[in-house]
Amino acid sequence: MRNVASTPKKIGDIQFGLLGPQEIRSMSATKIITADTYDDDGFPIEMGLMDPRLGVIEPGLRCKTCGNTVGDCPGHFGHIDLAMPVIHVGYNWMIRNILRSTCRNCGRMLATDSEIEDYHATMEEWRTQNRDVWELIKKTIKKETRGKSGHECVHCGEIQKKVEFDKPSTYREEGHKLTPVDIREWLERVRPEEAELLGLNPDVAKPEWMVLTVMPVPPVTMRPSITLESGERSEDDLTHKLVDVLRINQRLQENRDAGAPQLIVEDLWELLQYHITTCIDNESSGIPPARHRSGRPLKTLSQRLKGKEGRFRQNLSGKRVNFSARTVISPDPNISINDVGVPEASALELTVPLNVTPYNIDVAREFVKNGPKEHPGANYVVRPDGRRLKVTELNAENLALRLEPGYTIERHLVDGDIVLFNRQPSLHRMSIMAHEVRVMPAKTFRINLSVCPPYNADFDGDEMNLHVLQSEEARAEAKILMRVQEHILSPRFGGPIVGGIHDEVSGGFVLTHKHKHYAKKEALDILSRARFQSELPEPDKVEDGTEYFTGKQIFSLLLPSDLNLKYRSEICPHKDCDPWDPETGEGCEFDGYVVVEDGELVAGTIDEKSIGAFQGEFINRIIRRHGASFTREFIDRMTRLVLGAIMHDGFSTAIDDEDIPAQAQQQIDDNVQEARDNVEDLIRQFEEGELEQMPGRGLEETLELKIMQELGEARDQAGKIAGEHLGMENPSVIMARSGARGSMLNLSQMAGVVGQQAVRGERITRGYEDRTLSHFERGDLGADAKGFVESSYKDGLSPTEFFFHSMGGREGLVDTAVRTARSGYMQRRLINALEDLRVEYDGTVRNTVGTVIQFMYGEDGIDPTKSHRGKPVNVTQIVSDVVGETAEDEPVEQVDEDAYDSQDAELMRSLQDEMDIQNPDDFEGAE
Amino acid sequence: MPKPFKFDVLKHEFVPRHEIMSEEEVEELQEEYDISKEQLPRILNTDPGALSVRARPGDVLRITRKSDTAGQATAYRLCVEASDA
Repeated sequence: MRNVASTPKKIGDIQFGLLGPQEIRSMSATKIITADTYDDDGFPIEMGLMDPRLGVIEPGLRCKTCGNTVGDCPGHFGHIDLAMPVIHVGYNWMIRNILRSTCRNCGRMLATDSEIEDYHATMEEWRTQNRDVWELIKKTIKKETRGKSGHECVHCGEIQKKVEFDKPSTYREEGHKLTPVDIREWLERVRPEEAELLGLNPDVAKPEWMVLTVMPVPPVTMRPSITLESGERSEDDLTHKLVDVLRINQRLQENRDAGAPQLIVEDLWELLQYHITTCIDNESSGIPPARHRSGRPLKTLSQRLKGKEGRFRQNLSGKRVNFSARTVISPDPNISINDVGVPEASALELTVPLNVTPYNIDVAREFVKNGPKEHPGANYVVRPDGRRLKVTELNAENLALRLEPGYTIERHLVDGDIVLFNRQPSLHRMSIMAHEVRVMPAKTFRINLSVCPPYNADFDGDEMNLHVLQSEEARAEAKILMRVQEHILSPRFGGPIVGGIHDEVSGGFVLTHKHKHYAKKEALDILSRARFQSELPEPDKVEDGTEYFTGKQIFSLLLPSDLNLKYRSEICPHKDCDPWDPETGEGCEFDGYVVVEDGELVAGTIDEKSIGAFQGEFINRIIRRHGASFTREFIDRMTRLVLGAIMHDGFSTAIDDEDIPAQAQQQIDDNVQEARDNVEDLIRQFEEGELEQMPGRGLEETLELKIMQELGEARDQAGKIAGEHLGMENPSVIMARSGARGSMLNLSQMAGVVGQQAVRGERITRGYEDRTLSHFERGDLGADAKGFVESSYKDGLSPTEFFFHSMGGREGLVDTAVRTARSGYMQRRLINALEDLRVEYDGTVRNTVGTVIQFMYGEDGIDPTKSHRGKPVNVTQIVSDVVGETAEDEPVEQVDEDAYDSQDAELMRSLQDEMDIQNPDDFEGAE
Repeated sequence: MPKPFKFDVLKHEFVPRHEIMSEEEVEELQEEYDISKEQLPRILNTDPGALSVRARPGDVLRITRKSDTAGQATAYRLCVEASDA
């Protein structure tokens, strides 16, 4: 045991079996007989639960069994001899199956010899065919456990009785209780070769071992006691449970030996069964979980392994790592999208191993000389014999001198190092990308704004993780495959996922909208922020000796000279206007028709569709023609330029952006009043039976629909009127129209009318009897009584309106919460099913054993990343390239995620109503 | 042998074309993808499509179906005995 082999070995196979009493005893270091743990002096009691032969948990001590210290001693099992046998909860299902399918007298399987022979033959056949034998066993069990009671055993002629099983562990034969002793005797009679047909491998498991006569006591190393600050000892949950087992076991023994009444012995026996059951599984159904003094249920063996926080999912599938850091993120538009700003404090802790060679020894010495506290320093020096020396301020000079080729130093993180950067939830591959380090002051990780969309990050307190790569291979792989620039295009929809957001979009608009002029000084000011270095174009005009450039000219300086584009941007509400002509002012009145000729923005305004994430036509076109590096450079410069522009002009919004003239307000009020009158009229018609029923609808449904329609129109009308008075010079409108943030609907709700509130797609109906609130008459079907909010957000809502609004808002929140939970679980299942499939070089999709899943990836072999928004090729563009004439881009079907969501929610709801599913998550158990 | 259907499911427009491949074709297929027969996806001999072409365990079916991405896609499946449930 002393020299644990350190060479890796290959696992040949794994065998699962049952522990028999002999094996338990032979692996036991000691028998445990007393429930006490420590004596008054704090020393562990021999043959107690903390017996020193069970392993060491205190540093400095040596194990009485193997002689190792903490860490080297693996711990050793002990055992408890049970006064009476007890059933193992984990095998109840199998015990039940065996009792039902074997004879109560002779233990033979209740099938004819020839049937049994057949089973053996089939099993052998399946084995040779490499088929799942467990499937056969399940079938056998299903068949052989049914309809046996009342019949004679074909082997001995005994009439079989019905075996009933009651949770947690009671077996009855026609009302007569079977004790664990009876069960054990029965199981002993079962032939090994017949047990095999029922699922027990006779080489490693005997049926009677499912009834415990000896209980293994886990080593102390897996249930260490902790000493609290007060010097008090606190024991592990398992130890607590074992104490219970021992105590009852002792009492049972004493009572039985003293010849106590049968009833008392039985009660104690039952109690022992309970304690052993909960020691194994504290969540088994049919029994109350054993609790700690504080009322918290104990975490026993099964709980340690099961579920998300169990050993498998928490510690084996996923592990904690070194060389990682986590902190809050904040934006920095001045660094590249490939970069990540790392605080100096982190750079001092995170290290990269550097092999010392004759070529870098001077550099390496420099690192070591700086020591662990000065920035580009080193924390450790590893000698060729593997010894690690910690670099301190005191020994730094000395260690630096002693460096030789063959040494390795662990140097600090420096600019240009490749690291992995991650934000949870890691839903797609862009959630972990490789960045280049830039060491910076302050305490946050800094990222460029344009990489927020792939991470779905914002700066309201988001934290992200950073992992430092430790080998050249890893760094090379990450740099080639995982760099941000390699993920500008998303495999989700074949378009750019990296791109401008919020202010970048507003900035693009401010700079390029219409024919704005910047004096040379201003133009240079903006361009210098983009770190632009080249010649200025011819000025658009010269006035009083000052040269003026248009915003479009300034933006064009970033574009490659072979860029040709023609498309209708987000801003343009029309479908048929011409490009805007700055000379005549004719064409698209919103300057929403973008034309780029040979890298010159001739007409149109830059908006979300041009540079935004998910849409970004410019980015999309540039990356396909010029590749990742060029596009990264473009995005970096573009970000700085448009932010330079927005900072130059200044851009702010306030609630008075939504002010509208009194006369417009009057108009809105009149409109709403008219709608109200119409609603009143509809209700009157309904009450007098004049309302004409719509096809396929009931009378009430018709009324509701018509009212909803009427009020919906009223809100739209109000929005339209408000919109007319909110012009393109209004910052809120600029944000809404350019796609930077918010929508015209949001604005009209602030300025005009909030509109009808809905729960489950209907006007609000719940609350009191026949009314929503006690403020209304019973049976009031009017607008106000059913959740119509006439006020605007700016004016403020009345108390009843506010209440209805909260109801609608609550539904939205619940929907999102439910949706994230459900889609998370769906994704987990999908990934578990698909995780080890891969696309081979021949285009087939195969699993790890080489079975074909799909003969051609996606049936067409197209890499969606390189597709044009899901289509294999962009025909229009190829034609334009060949013909040399820029064709207008086909309008892309916009991925409006919110619309999808609400549609899905609607669909799900109707499906649920139909199928009467209360809670779809109940199906989770299927995992 | 499982009972065939009373009507031909292959005639329904939603059911893709199923055909049993000749031995030579199967060999060619195995060569093309460098696979053994067992590495093919499977189809039960009780599958309505397999029943309609009277496929026996061991046969390889060529299934030609419409595809949203490729227009037409071909898949190959090895017919296997449905364990008598």
